[in-house]
Amino acid sequence: MLKDTFTLAGRLIKHNLRSPDTIITVVLMPIMILLMMVYLFGGSMKIAGVAHGDYINYVLPGILLITIASGAAYTAMRINVDKTSGMFDRFKSLPISKVSVLGGQALASVSFMLISTGIVLLVGVLIGFRSSASVGAWVLVGLLLIGFAITITWLSVPFALAASSVDGASAFSYILLLLLFVSSAFVPVTGMPKPLHLFAEHQPMTHVIMTIRQLLAVQNVGNHGWLALLWLAGITLVAYIIGLRLYRRV
Amino acid sequence: MEAIITVSHVQKRFKQQVVLEDVSLNVTAGTIYALLGANGAGKSTLLKIMTGLLAGDQGQVTINQLPVTENLLQVQRLFSFSAQAATVDDVLSGYENLVLIARLRHVGQPKAAAKALLKQFDLLQAKDKRVADYSGGMRRRLDLAMSLVGDPEILFLDEPTTGLDPTSREALWRTIQTLKAQGKTIFLTTQYLEEADQLADNIGFLRDGQIVATGTPAAMKRLAGTDQLELLFATAALCQQARLVLDEFKPKMVDTTGLSMPLTEMVQTTSAVLTALAAADCPPVTFKVVTPTLDDVFRKLTKAVS
Ligand SMILES: Nc1ncnc2c1ncn2[C@@H]1O[C@H](COP(=O)(O)OP(=O)(O)OP(=O)(O)O)[C@@H](O)[C@H]1O
Ligand SMILES: [Mg+2]
Repeated sequence: MLKDTFTLAGRLIKHNLRSPDTIITVVLMPIMILLMMVYLFGGSMKIAGVAHGDYINYVLPGILLITIASGAAYTAMRINVDKTSGMFDRFKSLPISKVSVLGGQALASVSFMLISTGIVLLVGVLIGFRSSASVGAWVLVGLLLIGFAITITWLSVPFALAASSVDGASAFSYILLLLLFVSSAFVPVTGMPKPLHLFAEHQPMTHVIMTIRQLLAVQNVGNHGWLALLWLAGITLVAYIIGLRLYRRV
Repeated sequence: MEAIITVSHVQKRFKQQVVLEDVSLNVTAGTIYALLGANGAGKSTLLKIMTGLLAGDQGQVTINQLPVTENLLQVQRLFSFSAQAATVDDVLSGYENLVLIARLRHVGQPKAAAKALLKQFDLLQAKDKRVADYSGGMRRRLDLAMSLVGDPEILFLDEPTTGLDPTSREALWRTIQTLKAQGKTIFLTTQYLEEADQLADNIGFLRDGQIVATGTPAAMKRLAGTDQLELLFATAALCQQARLVLDEFKPKMVDTTGLSMPLTEMVQTTSAVLTALAAADCPPVTFKVVTPTLDDVFRKLTKAVS
């Protein structure tokens, strides 16, 4: 089963190598937002506890998540194309485990997301991102990013399978981006109007961002770490179950 | 003769629409079964149920005595399925498509298997071309080649020749006959009576959610009737005159200025009729050959059944 998953992921990686523009599109938007935030607004942002010129350190975790979220549009697109083109029917009629087909999609998706996140992180470092975090903290950040990519990948599966067109399938990534904007990605939630503040403070994106931010700033993570993990695990489980059930039916 | 595939009392509805009312059929090992039906008759739906891609509402399908739904992985090793639209990966080359399926079928030497099939299906030259640049006929051939990876005993082919030109169609017919000669069992669907006639050992007509008739191609053709030669004349008087001249061909009136007669030998009968008319100085304005359509056949068959 694992072998089939790798074979099927290999197919999608070949696809991507043949149209490298998709990787470029995925990293382009987060980089634009990063540059805009840092050079356009960063100068006038005053955030308690953040020294002037340190705004890039504040904003980078959110940008990394935006990279992963915009990669989800392509994950959903690839799954939807395989559904509508009948490739899923071809794979389903083969004597292989049904999980391996979606597993291959997920493996490819997470790999692409991590590659683009790496590229965006590199750009961040080039324009001044610095962290004195230990190797251990970096490993934790890496694991959390992988976990986030896995969650977002499986979350895109039910949307991709339910959508009747490629455009519909990729549209769901806008919801993710919206959630990221209404979180602590760019500004502290405390400055937001009351209802928005309450929502932003407790939604999963904020916990993931806060965990990464605090780890990289060598600060206490508090409850954010556990809450982030719980959210990610819960969402993944639900999306996985619904996704697999939908896959059996399409 | 042993039935390798059995379908008993399969039913399927989509919401209110009953697509398969009650379908039963048997396929003998080593034979070709052609499921004939018009657009929307439910051919693809039945095929998907037979291959376990879709769950039926009622009834059972067995392959090699094993119920398909309960033994999916086991029976999937015995067959392969070519869907109605050639499902090939456009971004990969023909060779990569075959290697992919060979890996997934856990064939011993995927690359060698892929090359052998490319050769067999005359695709060696286009081996490294992206499938997006293949012609419709090449895609079909590749699709069939992908279904032969791992040498499955049974092949399910959904309208394998739709969209092919006559030459490619005949080439595909030969391939299918070769596969039968190798001992494979083939279940295919088609909208063409002629195709079923060329290939099949047994034909089943699917209509209104049921198999309304089943039998050998010869038996089906007897039911379908022969081609008709239709002649059109300038005036009713000329038509009457022609009717007398052509008496031996048993003409029937169509309207007041047309005649229709059975065409036993396409060329001989036509030329004899036209010569006789020219000699009698009452040539037709035009003539045409009318082949019984699938609908005509269906009408006759439903009558014959009820
Ligand atoms: N997934 C589905 N949901 C709803 N209706 C469906 C579905 N699949 C098929 N149908 C309906 O079932 C009927 C039979 O469809 P099917 O594709 O089996 O016909 P067919 O004989 O293969 O036709 P064709 O020759 O055009 O391929 C059609 O009326 C179709 O609209
Ligand atoms: Mg069909």
